[in-house]
Amino acid sequence: MGYNHYILVCGGTGCESGKGDEIYRNLISEAEKQGVKDKVQIVKTGCFGFCEKGPIVKVLPEDSFYTEVKPADAAEIIAEQIIKGREVTRLLYDKGAKKGKLAVEDIQFYQKQLRIVLRNCGVINPDNIDEYIARDGYAALEKVLFEMKPEDVISELKIAGLRGRGGAGFPTWLKWDISRKEKNEVKYVVCNADEGDPGAYMDRSTVEGDPHSIIEAMIICGRVIGAPYGYVYIRAEYPLAIERLRVALQQARDYGLLGKNILNSGFDFDVEIRLGAGAFVCGEETALLQSLEGKRGMPVPKPPFPAIQGLWGKPTVINNVETLANIPVILTKGSAWFASIGTETSKGTKVFALTGKVNNSGLVEVPMGTTLREIIFDIGGGIKGGKKFKGAQTGGPSGGILPESVLDTPIDYESLTRLGSMMGSGGLIVMDEDDCVVDVSRFYMEFCVDESCGKCAPCRIGTHQIHSILDKIAHGNGEMADLDKLHDIGKAMTKASLCMLGGSAANPSISTIKNFREEYIEHIVDKKCRAGKCKHLVRFEIDTEKCIGCGICARKCPVPCIAGEKRQPHVIDQLKCIKCGECFKACKFGAVLKK
Amino acid sequence: MAKMTLEELRKLRDGKKTELRKRDSDGKSIQVIVGMGTCGIAAGAKNTLDAFIAALDEKKLVNDVLVRQTGCMGLCYAEPTVEVLVPGMPTVIYGKVDVAVVKEIVEKHLIGRQLLDNHIQDRPAADIVAK
Repeated sequence: MGYNHYILVCGGTGCESGKGDEIYRNLISEAEKQGVKDKVQIVKTGCFGFCEKGPIVKVLPEDSFYTEVKPADAAEIIAEQIIKGREVTRLLYDKGAKKGKLAVEDIQFYQKQLRIVLRNCGVINPDNIDEYIARDGYAALEKVLFEMKPEDVISELKIAGLRGRGGAGFPTWLKWDISRKEKNEVKYVVCNADEGDPGAYMDRSTVEGDPHSIIEAMIICGRVIGAPYGYVYIRAEYPLAIERLRVALQQARDYGLLGKNILNSGFDFDVEIRLGAGAFVCGEETALLQSLEGKRGMPVPKPPFPAIQGLWGKPTVINNVETLANIPVILTKGSAWFASIGTETSKGTKVFALTGKVNNSGLVEVPMGTTLREIIFDIGGGIKGGKKFKGAQTGGPSGGILPESVLDTPIDYESLTRLGSMMGSGGLIVMDEDDCVVDVSRFYMEFCVDESCGKCAPCRIGTHQIHSILDKIAHGNGEMADLDKLHDIGKAMTKASLCMLGGSAANPSISTIKNFREEYIEHIVDKKCRAGKCKHLVRFEIDTEKCIGCGICARKCPVPCIAGEKRQPHVIDQLKCIKCGECFKACKFGAVLKK
Repeated sequence: MAKMTLEELRKLRDGKKTELRKRDSDGKSIQVIVGMGTCGIAAGAKNTLDAFIAALDEKKLVNDVLVRQTGCMGLCYAEPTVEVLVPGMPTVIYGKVDVAVVKEIVEKHLIGRQLLDNHIQDRPAADIVAK
């Protein structure tokens, strides 16, 4: 037995609401009616990530991708494609494209994702160097060792326009070139894998899924700047990534791709792993280098920049995992190809860890210039439970929260900065109407209070002051003057802090005051939290008209503070209530009111 | 393997490339690839892997099916994810593969040559290196 065709019908929430289920049933009954029940299997699938053009139907093995399909189209799909073997052209998404030629260069790819950094993640076995090599692994290294001069590599990177993916977006070629020109026998290459933003896991997944791409890029960097040694600074909380990296390093050494006289080129390079103890500030390059030297992880003033005077005072190129993972592909596929992807100022792709109140959370890689709306609503499949979108948080504790009105801005380094946020490392947390901006800002500030190293006053004192003002507002004791105070303290921190931890710590608060000012005013003037997150501003009451006295709220109450006879309206004891909201969630009759 | 020269590396790459292609097209072997990133493991990918090995043992398919592992493919909401390659059938990715689904995959997909309903996910993006 066996089928000739397979029809996949999207069963994601978006397509389901667009009559996906009816299409599915129609296809089955049509297949039966037209007598091809044994030739084709019809299955429902998870979300295809293109909800905007749903419902989606895909036919295999032709890979025909049909969009905006209607239940009435089922008969035609069966009659034309399954019986006569002709695609239903009018339903095809990309009507012009030739079959089987959904090319890489075609960024208009329906799924909107393009995997450069994550090219091997989820494809190869990370513990097997042969699989990496089979996918053009170490081919860039060959080029760099035997065909290209260091200057050629630099100019390739310059044309490609690759910028640092750790957050600030400094041109990678320039960093390398500065170190290369330094006259020093000892130089270092450092890979920053100290990913500390809450909710971000791009670098972890890259190291776990494709460790050799990082190793290859580090060897290339070593060759270009003339460094014989490299370090990967990775957090100890990533045991699997560390293990995979260890295995990969050993395999590379066994193959002679690391160590003395690599591939008989006369070039020596080796890499060592250093574990970080999980301090957020150690993601800042100067603090990271201090930590690598065995000192307490605290930033030092720049200049001198690490590229000139870094680890143990030697010229050091320090690049983030994602930046490095781009380099081998740029050199094998060419800088012109890379430069053709992205926007005017930001080239290539960016990986985001999409999390929060979104249906399809996951690791997403999109060309620069993709809009937040595409990421959240197409790739992410929209907001969980059909709730209303409130904001998108980019860049973790250093970024801002962006409102609905800017969702259509193409994202790159400049546009995000302009909007008062930043690219950051790539955390992207989606918030819905149940999230409170004051509460979220307070959460991030609390994180910064904990993680501030305390070396400089603006950050040490500023984070604490902002946190206590936010706390005051959340407790219902805020004054209007607090908003200006938050703004002023934030601006002072941005200007005067030693490193970017303090320099960007106020971003979540400043951006929310700007973008969601009315919610702050509600907290301060009306003493209300519309999301119900600020417990001191919420009150749960039972509507005696609606309550039927089923008692489920009293059973769910953890205190307990709800009393009442069976079949009689219940009452909440406000003095005892801890405002957990369990009664509100439990009531099936809408009798518990959140005020 | 001993340290390689440039020629040996190139030879190895070409050799492995053909091998990978072979596995894909004329394929005698069935492959099951389990996503073993932190997200997958947190969602129970280790149990999934064990369940595959046990189920293949039970059905005496151990010699016909190659079970491999890989990293995160980006569908973290649907972990554990498993890619199934059966010659003559389209390659599909299954999401939320727990022990019960493993049994279904082995019985229906590997033996019965049918796709499973409600578990298929799409690969999230074009693969740029293969082409």
